[in-house]
Amino acid sequence: MGCCMEKNERKEIGEVSQSKWEKLKTKIDKYKEIPGSLISVLQEAQEIYGYLPKEILQQIGESMGIKPAKIHGVATFYTQFRLEPVGKYLISLCQGTACHVNGSKLIEEVIRSELNVDAGGTTKDQLFTLHNVACLGCCSLSPVMMINGETYGKLTPDMARMIIREIMTSEQKGV
Amino acid sequence: MKIIVGQGSCGIAAGANKVYAAIEEEFKSRDMKGELALTGCVGMCYLEPIVEVIQENGEKITYVKVTPEMVKEIIAENIPGYTIEKQDEEILLKQKRIALKNCGLINPESIEEYIASGGYQGIEKCVKEMSPEEVIEEVKSANLRGRGGAGFPTWFKWNAARQSLDTPKYMVCNADEGDPGAFMDRSILEGDPHSVIEGMLIGAYAIGANEGVIYVRAEYPLAILRLEKAMGQAKEKGYLGQDIKGSGFSFELRIKAGAGAFVCGEETALIASLEGERGMPRLKPPFPAQKGYWQKPTNINNVETFANIPWIIRNGGNAFAEIGSEKSKGTKVFALTGKIKKGGLVEVPMGIPLREIIFDIGGGIKNDKGFKAVQMGGPSGGCIPEHLLDTAVDYDSINKTGAIMGSGGMVVMDETTCMVDMARFFLDFTRKESCGKCIHCRIGTKRMLEILTRICNGDGRDGDIELLQELGLKIKDGSLCGLGQTAPNPVLSTIQYFREEYEQHIYDKKCPAKQCTSLLTYTILPQYCIGCGICAKNCPVQAIAGERKQPYTILQDTCIQCGKCKEVCRFQAVEVE
Repeated sequence: MGCCMEKNERKEIGEVSQSKWEKLKTKIDKYKEIPGSLISVLQEAQEIYGYLPKEILQQIGESMGIKPAKIHGVATFYTQFRLEPVGKYLISLCQGTACHVNGSKLIEEVIRSELNVDAGGTTKDQLFTLHNVACLGCCSLSPVMMINGETYGKLTPDMARMIIREIMTSEQKGV
Repeated sequence: MKIIVGQGSCGIAAGANKVYAAIEEEFKSRDMKGELALTGCVGMCYLEPIVEVIQENGEKITYVKVTPEMVKEIIAENIPGYTIEKQDEEILLKQKRIALKNCGLINPESIEEYIASGGYQGIEKCVKEMSPEEVIEEVKSANLRGRGGAGFPTWFKWNAARQSLDTPKYMVCNADEGDPGAFMDRSILEGDPHSVIEGMLIGAYAIGANEGVIYVRAEYPLAILRLEKAMGQAKEKGYLGQDIKGSGFSFELRIKAGAGAFVCGEETALIASLEGERGMPRLKPPFPAQKGYWQKPTNINNVETFANIPWIIRNGGNAFAEIGSEKSKGTKVFALTGKIKKGGLVEVPMGIPLREIIFDIGGGIKNDKGFKAVQMGGPSGGCIPEHLLDTAVDYDSINKTGAIMGSGGMVVMDETTCMVDMARFFLDFTRKESCGKCIHCRIGTKRMLEILTRICNGDGRDGDIELLQELGLKIKDGSLCGLGQTAPNPVLSTIQYFREEYEQHIYDKKCPAKQCTSLLTYTILPQYCIGCGICAKNCPVQAIAGERKQPYTILQDTCIQCGKCKEVCRFQAVEVE
């Protein structure tokens, strides 16, 4: 039985990745006609996969006729692209000038010590990724962080700690 | 009853979406026939979310800092002190709005409202009554200079692209607003996307381009969404596409999302990125006007520049040139942030003194602390100290102070901001964003950052200031593009005006602003300490000793200056020096 289930699971994973690839493939076919579309294709791929897996970069290269070295060069040049998977909650901590002046350093320290992770890293349980961003553009709410698209402004170290702990508790309850 | 909710990114971050949903819900539950609409950012970010209620008789009430809980009362017209204060309303009167004239007033998702405000009359006038040369002449008489930072005359660039014989030509909008602390372009795109499209149309007609691209920062999803909507509407109404308004002029426009690289604000790097390459700048000449996107004549202007164009065509270049100072005409939008009371977006005539922007419009310094400096131009700019606060805001006067006009970021700093730490912050940014092509920029910024970091950590050495200055000048000379040529500015300008602060860090091992943690000493004042022990309990390194109900003491050898004790003490008994 156990073995059988494993097989089914594997099949399911295979189907998921197949459907993801097909989704990307249609995008690639669309962009192939437009010269200079590599960045757009990588953006689509990241949208689908959440990051840029190495083998997908390889496949993109093969389908578009672009050398792997060039794809790697472009993917590593821009800060938007991630070569590692991210956690369930992506914390984008604003490090813009206004946030810096208003104490984003303290917020970062709190989050790092709460999660025991460095900027750019993901927690061992794959729950959180801490990502420093240049500016989220809500300077009048500084210091600001964004967690999965939701903005939290006028942060204090205590508030940041509470927000993180709340997510942790709700996750533990969920499990 | 019509209710308008301000929904720029900052409004949404402050909770405007939830307010909007609550109003929708309230309309439904009361079975009311009200009109609910959205608008862009009016610039008063410190009051967001902002809700405007327009009564049947045309009376308008503005509510500020609205929460979903307040919605019921607002709709019931029970108005208990949520309305905007007079002095805040007057902030708008102190401004002169051209690029922002529709922001916060019209619905950015409605082309009808844009047209009703006089929109698309500019391009109609161009294609029906003016030759491309006349359009360029009009922009020349306006003396509009590029709002992206460098301040290059717009007409000159257009003329150069017009003169290029090669075809096709391209019109590009630089909306890759990378300066941390600046959000003017985002607000214009979110609040009035049609004005940018119209500006591009006019420019394209002038240079003879039939294809255009808007290169937007990927971090601006709402701006991209509103632009896409606006482009669809413009196409439907015949303002984009083939044979615009029967004139024979055609223009196709598309959006390209950038992927996060500050250097792509530089023209040639932006073009490389548009072509799907790493965004590396190249040597000029040839200029983009001769060889740009796919080696064809290309003109690139910034969002705010384009947003000024329709007004100039409608009202005439001379009307624009009447505003502003002798060499800088028109208005400029600034993102006023940092330690300021009324942070947000302001548009003022060129030439007004900095002091007026910060103290009259911005309301002065948060918590009434002392003003220290204002940072202009972001990572390419510099800090302007108090004794220069009467400097007029125009390209040339700002340049003289060692800062630059830049794209419009204006970050205000008070006495608690450490200038060495500020310089380190910007160098850290440019070091990360250097594309690596030029050795001076790639390695030089890293070396400068190392020196600044050691000064902040209390390991500064005699001669470090001179070394920073020497390196700074070499990086300026040895870099190809604007990023490297301006990267040392934040350091050089802070050394120029705040040298004493550097010296205190290096020789006295003290940070007067109390920001550089390694240079701080924490002590417990026995007269205030009640001996509760909460500091000792929270100290991560057990550096606080004492007995309950007796004053505690900090063991300086063990203390890591984390500040936790100060944070938890309820009796202000922890002193920092």
